[in-house]
Amino acid sequence: MAKVLVVTSGKGGVGKTTSTAALGAALAQMGQNVVVIDFDVGLRNLDLVMGAERRVVFDLINVVQGVAKLPQALIRDKRMENLWLLPASQTRDKDALTEEGVKRVIADLKTKFDWILCDSPAGIERGATLAMRYADEAIIVTNPEVSSVRDSDRIIGMLDSKTARAERGERVEKHLLVTRYDAARAARGEMLSINDILEILATPLLGIVPESQDVLRASNVGCPVTLNAASSAPARAYTDAVRRLMGEAVEMTVPVERKGLMDRLLRRRAA
Amino acid sequence: MMNVMRLFGGRSASAPVARERLQILLSHERGRTGTPDLLEMLRSEILGVVSKHIDVDPDKVVVKMDRGKFVSMLEVDIEVPNGVQRSKMVAAT
Repeated sequence: MAKVLVVTSGKGGVGKTTSTAALGAALAQMGQNVVVIDFDVGLRNLDLVMGAERRVVFDLINVVQGVAKLPQALIRDKRMENLWLLPASQTRDKDALTEEGVKRVIADLKTKFDWILCDSPAGIERGATLAMRYADEAIIVTNPEVSSVRDSDRIIGMLDSKTARAERGERVEKHLLVTRYDAARAARGEMLSINDILEILATPLLGIVPESQDVLRASNVGCPVTLNAASSAPARAYTDAVRRLMGEAVEMTVPVERKGLMDRLLRRRAA
Repeated sequence: MMNVMRLFGGRSASAPVARERLQILLSHERGRTGTPDLLEMLRSEILGVVSKHIDVDPDKVVVKMDRGKFVSMLEVDIEVPNGVQRSKMVAAT
């Protein structure tokens, strides 16, 4: 049974696209058939983060409007044969996406894939509501920062009221993914802690992705971090998150600051 | 507590402030989505009632809300010019 998952946040720049790519690749590494869809019409970026930007011919809107067939628009990942991308249009207006059209495309994808990951645009407008519209589950990406937490709260409210599931009286299962977590700053009380965020948003935690240079390096080269640096801390966090999505009980560890003597000395000198 | 943290941390922890501000804000925002802006509604209705009796400049009516954890303060500030004229509406009735 295919699962439709929306990766959303409200606020921009918190790591939705990076997380969609990393989670999609991690699911594919576990042998699942995965498609990631970019819903950010006009500002597509998932193609770039996946390293497929030069292979885009047709897009989601072409498929919705019947200009292209779904198999023509799907791009297979160069590294993993069971990972596919459905890119967004860069030129069209977001109004070109219709609820009926999105419903049709998702129903079609459900017959071909195990997982359909919808990368939502920022904001609470049409693009974001359509991305979450047919979701079975939602991943809310949050940074430990006041504006991100507030926007996540808005999005949680929308998931509970504006999705097809909510309108049928069913539930969209929600998961919180905290990204850019800096253990040292949280320990010093300079950043909201995981407990603070969980208490405020009252949503089950899917994973904690630490702030790391590996994430930027991965998007620089156009490769999901779970493939580009599989043993790095963020990649392990994403992989653990995916195992939890698949129903495995994986122990959650809050990242702690690793502070060796040299770090202390260097920090003091740098300060 | 804050002083102890200041001694060790060099500067005070701001995360508890963030947490408290968010808790207050979200307790007000939840369940309010979709309804028209409460403050604008209060402003126009209060202005309506007051201008039935006194001529007031709509731009000189300020409605402020200060949301607290347990109680909120609604502040209405209406500037009334000296030598106030009774509203024509009242005069007509």
